[in-house]
Amino acid sequence: MNVLDFAHSFFADSARWHGYDGIPTRLLEHVGYSLEALAIAALIALPVGLIAGHLRRGGNALSMVATAGRALPSFGLLVLLFIWFGFGTLPVMVPLVVLAVPPILVTTYEAIQTVDPSPVDAARGMGMTEPRILFQVELPVALPVILGGLRTAAVQIVSTATIAAYVSFGGLGRYIIDGLYQKDYEKVVGGATLVAGLALVTLLVFWALSKLTVSPGVRRSG
Amino acid sequence: MIRIDSVTKRYSDGTVAVDRLSLDIPDRAITVLVGPSGCGKTTTLRMINRMVEPSEGSILLDGADIRQQPVNSLRRSMGYVIQNAGLFQHRTVIDNIITVPRLLGWSKGKARERAAELMERVGLDSSLAKRYPYQLSGGQQQRVGVARALAADPPVLLMDEPFSAVDPVVRKGLQDELLRIQDELGKTIVFVTHDIDEAVKLGTMVAVLRTGGHLAQFAPPAELLTAPADPFVEDFLGADRGIRRLSFFPSDALELETGPIVPLDADATRLTPRGGAPYLLVTDADGRPLGWGEPGALTAGAIDTGRLLSHGRPFRPGTDSLRTALDGAVLSPTGWAVAVDGEGRAVGVVSQAAIGEAIRTAHSEDRPEVTAAG
Ligand SMILES: Nc1ncnc2c1ncn2[C@@H]1O[C@H](COP(=O)(O)OP(=O)(O)O)[C@@H](O)[C@H]1O
Ligand SMILES: [Mg+2]
Repeated sequence: MNVLDFAHSFFADSARWHGYDGIPTRLLEHVGYSLEALAIAALIALPVGLIAGHLRRGGNALSMVATAGRALPSFGLLVLLFIWFGFGTLPVMVPLVVLAVPPILVTTYEAIQTVDPSPVDAARGMGMTEPRILFQVELPVALPVILGGLRTAAVQIVSTATIAAYVSFGGLGRYIIDGLYQKDYEKVVGGATLVAGLALVTLLVFWALSKLTVSPGVRRSG
Repeated sequence: MIRIDSVTKRYSDGTVAVDRLSLDIPDRAITVLVGPSGCGKTTTLRMINRMVEPSEGSILLDGADIRQQPVNSLRRSMGYVIQNAGLFQHRTVIDNIITVPRLLGWSKGKARERAAELMERVGLDSSLAKRYPYQLSGGQQQRVGVARALAADPPVLLMDEPFSAVDPVVRKGLQDELLRIQDELGKTIVFVTHDIDEAVKLGTMVAVLRTGGHLAQFAPPAELLTAPADPFVEDFLGADRGIRRLSFFPSDALELETGPIVPLDADATRLTPRGGAPYLLVTDADGRPLGWGEPGALTAGAIDTGRLLSHGRPFRPGTDSLRTALDGAVLSPTGWAVAVDGEGRAVGVVSQAAIGEAIRTAHSEDRPEVTAAG
C-alpha cells in the first residue's frame, strides 16, 4: 500500500466523520487552538511592533527577543510546561505563542520602520496626530508585509499545534500520534494530510485577506 | 506677517544649522530662501511649522508667538509641500487632497467638492481623481501635493524644494502655474530652493543664506542681481546676472519701427529699404511674421517664403522683458527683433542697437521696475 492508498481509505471510511474522534471534531479543535494562539501572539506582537516601528526605536531589542523566541524548541517547552503545570491549555498555548511572536514582531517593526519617510513627514507637517499617522499613513502601506508575518506565524502554528496531542489534547495531532502508537499508518497519513490541507487553507485565507484590505495603490515591493 | 526673530538652531550633535537669523516674511507674497545645500534652508522652513523647534529666538505669526497655539492647529493652518510630494500611496488623488479638510472635520461631500475645484486650479484633469499616486507622472504628483496643501485654504504655504525632482520642462510649467495660482490666491508663501534661477523667477523677496545658516542678503530679485551684497552672493548669482537682470526691465519703452514690415503680396514700390533696416519683414495675410528678406532679392507678387531669413523668437511689448527682446534680436541673423501682439501679428521691429540704447537708459534710472520675471 502506498501513501495515496492510505489517505484514500482514511477519508473513505465513513466512521471517520463522526464522533469525538471524527474529522470534523478534530479539525475544529485544531483550528480553535491555532486561532487562539495566533490571536494571543498578535495581541502581544502587533502593538509592540507598530509602536516601535513608528518611533523607529528598539529594533535591536526586538530582534534579540525574536531570536531568543526562535531558539526555544517548541516541543521541549511543551514538555517542560506540562511537567510544571500538568494538564491544561497553558502548556499547549505557550509554545505556540512563543513560536508565533517573533515573525509577527519582526515583520511588523520592519514594515512600519521602512515606510517611505516623505509621506510621513508630509502628514506630520499637515497636522496629523501621531496615532493617525501610524494608522492612516504607515499601516496601510506596511499592511502587505505585516500580513505576510501573520501568515508565516499562522502556518507555523497550524503545523506545530499537532504536538498538543502529546499532552493528551485533541486536534489533528491526535491522528498522527495515536496512529504512530497503534501502528495505524492510515491514520498517520490521514492526519498529516489534514494538517497540510489546513496549512494550505490558511495561505488561501491570508491571500484573500490581503486582497480585501490592501489598497490597490500599495504596490508590493518588500 | 511671519517674523523670524534672531532664531538659532543647534541640533543635538552640535551642528548649528541656523545662526541668529532674523527675517520679516511679507504677507501675500512669495519669499524664497535660497542657498547652497546644507545652509539651513529646510531647517528654517521647518521651524515655521514647528517640525523643528528653535534652540534660541522666536517666530511670530501676525504678532503672536507660534508656540502659543497647539502645534497641530498651527500646522493645519499652513500648507506644506515637500520635494517628492509625499503623497499617500494607498489613497486616490482626491482622497489625498482632502486630507486636511477631513482633519478639520469637513464632511466628505464638501471636502470632495473643494478637491475637485482645486484639481482644476492646479491644472489636473478631473479624470485623474480616482487614480493612485503611482499612476501619475512626477509633475502630476507635485500638482497633487500643491492641491493638497491648498485644500483647507490656509493663509500660509510652506514649500521645500517642491519642483527640484522633476525635469526642467515640467519644472518651468509648475513654476508658471505657481505664479498664476499666487496671482489668484495671494498666499503668504515661503519657498525653499537651491536654484538661484528659480529664486529669481518666483521670489517677490529672496533671502540668500550661506553655509552655517547666516543671512547673506534679503532683497527683491532685481536688486539682488543689480547689487549683490558681497562676493558670496555675487558668486552664487552666477556669471550672466547682467543679462538675467534684463528680465526685470519692461520692453514697452522700446521704439518700434513699422516701415520695414511688408505683406506677402506687396507690390514693387513697397519692396524698398525703409526705416534703418537693411531688410524687410514679410508677413502673411493675417500679419504674422514669416521672415526677413533682402529688398533687392524679393520679387513683387512672388515672394519665395522658403528663402526668407529666420526672425528669431518674437517678443510682446509690455508683457515680455528687455531680456526676451534682446534674445530675439540676438537669435535673428539680421540682428533685429520682431514685436508681436497677443494674436502673434507683427506690430514693429527693433534693432539690437536700439535695444542696447534702451538698456543703457534703463540702467541709468535708479532701479529696475519690478515685473514678473520672463
Ligand atoms: N536632524 C538633524 N540633526 C543634525 N544635523 C542636522 C539635522 N538636520 C539637518 N542637519 C544639518 O544642519 C545643516 C542644515 O541642514 P538643512 O536645513 O537641511 O539644509 P538645506 O535645506 O539648506 O540643505 C546641515 O549641515 C545638516 O547636515
Ligand atoms: Mg533642504
